[in-house]
Amino acid sequence: MKVALFVPCYIDAFFPEVGIATLELLERLGCEVEYPLDQTCCGQPMANSGCEEDAAGTEALFVDNFAGYDYVVGPSGSCVHHVREHLTAIPQTDRVLGVRRNTYELVEFIHDVLKVREFPWAEFPHRVGLHVGCSTLRGLREASVSEVKQAPYSKPLALLATVKGIQFVEPKRPDECCGFGGTFSVFEEPVSARMGQDKVNDHAGAGAEVIVSPDMSCLMHQKGVAERLGLDVRFMHIAQVLNGARA
Amino acid sequence: MKRIDHAEASSKFIEATDHAEFHDRRLWDLRKKRDRESESLPEWQELRDLASAIKEHTLTHLADYLEQFEAAAQANGIVVHWARDAAEHNQIVHELLAAHAVKTLVKSKSMLTEECDLRPFLETRGILVVETDLGERIQQLDDEPPSHIVVPAVHKLRTDVAQVFGRTIGTDPNNSDVHYLAESQRQDTRPHFVRAEAGMIGANFAVAETGTVVVCTNEGNADLSMHLPKLTIASIGIEKLIPRIEHLGVFIRMLSRNALGSPITQITSHFRAPRPGTEMHYVLVDNGRSERLGMEDFWYSLKCIRCGACMNTCPVYRRSGGLSYGATYSGPIGVIIDPTFNLRKYSNLPFASTLNGSCTNVCPVKINIHEQIYKWRQVIAERHQLPMVKREAMRMAGKVLASPKMYRLAVEAAAAGLSHLPRTLIYNPFNAWGKQREVPGKPKQTFRQWYLANRRKAS
Repeated sequence: MKVALFVPCYIDAFFPEVGIATLELLERLGCEVEYPLDQTCCGQPMANSGCEEDAAGTEALFVDNFAGYDYVVGPSGSCVHHVREHLTAIPQTDRVLGVRRNTYELVEFIHDVLKVREFPWAEFPHRVGLHVGCSTLRGLREASVSEVKQAPYSKPLALLATVKGIQFVEPKRPDECCGFGGTFSVFEEPVSARMGQDKVNDHAGAGAEVIVSPDMSCLMHQKGVAERLGLDVRFMHIAQVLNGARA
Repeated sequence: MKRIDHAEASSKFIEATDHAEFHDRRLWDLRKKRDRESESLPEWQELRDLASAIKEHTLTHLADYLEQFEAAAQANGIVVHWARDAAEHNQIVHELLAAHAVKTLVKSKSMLTEECDLRPFLETRGILVVETDLGERIQQLDDEPPSHIVVPAVHKLRTDVAQVFGRTIGTDPNNSDVHYLAESQRQDTRPHFVRAEAGMIGANFAVAETGTVVVCTNEGNADLSMHLPKLTIASIGIEKLIPRIEHLGVFIRMLSRNALGSPITQITSHFRAPRPGTEMHYVLVDNGRSERLGMEDFWYSLKCIRCGACMNTCPVYRRSGGLSYGATYSGPIGVIIDPTFNLRKYSNLPFASTLNGSCTNVCPVKINIHEQIYKWRQVIAERHQLPMVKREAMRMAGKVLASPKMYRLAVEAAAAGLSHLPRTLIYNPFNAWGKQREVPGKPKQTFRQWYLANRRKAS
């Protein structure tokens, strides 16, 4: 199975360890992984700001990098959601549609495609607050949400649950948005920061030592907020935990 | 016209910590109550499907149902008027009031009359207008528009209400007992009910088959407004139509459950014909609705039954308050409706969203709210209504991210900046990220550099 590793721009620049964990985890699970070297971004920042035209070049480059693989896998729900639902600034050729269809967020790829549930090398003896970002939650539907009456399920939780020693805390509003929202975080700074504060306080109040998420952009925002507040909480991407990292 | 600055207004809202926290808690509580109601009905999703289908059907046959409604109402003895826009609506209402020498008008809550700015229009023409819904009356006395379409004064603490009443209707400004305040408003309003020569209501639903207007309240003020005066008027947005009385049950079961998390409002009033010896008028208002109906991406918003569930679940609305939107309609439904009234003025509103999608999930008539927010952003950019800073930032980002070479230079420059610049330069007032957040630490190498060093040694 030929898998292309998609490392979103902000992970490339600020959180290389998340890219490394994703690569190593996929290899452990038996995938043949390649990292296309000319990749940059999925186009979401421009398109979410209304500037779809400005996203066209980036989206075309994304497709050039990732066409021809069986799967494209990235450790970021919102970027994958953009590719799947909104990569529409360029003509929708079969090649483009193929890339869009084959692009997966890491958790859903492991859960739905590889169908793996066991990570015998992983051990994480910590109280974890699980944060699933809104694109992953309501866009990619990786877990049930509190406002919809449905049988509860959670793909990220299903993967984490088998990790040795892990415990989960229960925040009061587990699926409330944390306020990152891409460019929202700077253009609507007051509300964004307030939402971030409420989120990390909710997790900390529930006793979380580490906030774990499939969405590194949410964590980048929450981490920045928690550090400013002086909260004793750490942040890790789910790939790191599943790959056997310790907090 | 100046753009509404939602971010600036929300900053002021958040600064008042007690108010902001109360507001968030109170509306989240309504969301939770709504969740409990939705869980208590096994047929919840079916009701949503049905409500949505009825509205879609009605909107796609709207002209026919409007004519049927008009004919049925006329047969019941009601005079029906048609208003192309807010100005015509206000003119029609004023002419009716003037013809009857009305000095006092009692009215129950109506977002449509807010949309039309009816109250100031009548007040400058010498008519005393008294809002009779408690929340709406609080807002009127405080000279503020409603901040929420269902609970208009939800941003106020009861101590604020005590101050407003103390200043305006002579109660003790330091007594914030809820029963005292509610009773005081009631005592103050009663004489107006008795004196008023005209009464006015909005409409929750208008039934084409019967010519009936249905209003849902918890205070009975709509009934008093309609049962006492000799002249009564109902203002009705043309999207309020439903075909038959048998469809009403679907909506009545959804409205209050979604709005307040209660199974039904205390009172569901059906107004059908004038009482003997009185006059009853309907004003059917378009005010941009026909135009919206013709918008391929946005006509779905006309299905809205104004329950406010999207506002209650919206994390941005809860933390910024309705008034920060500077528009009649706030929250998620507001940001997809307001731009149809004035694209430039409301061009920032579709950006007051994280696109988290919870609004779409709760909507009882299945409006794809967050998808419409995304669409509006494209429309706003296409019509050159983005602020210059954002426009240029995106143009630049688009160029850099489309070129692997420029991208690598930018990533490395950003990383270098973070590691070399002094803290005072990074956390300057122009860095919105850094006002209340730390920036990410600078790693030793980018992922790509690591990959080249560790996995592609040969190349």
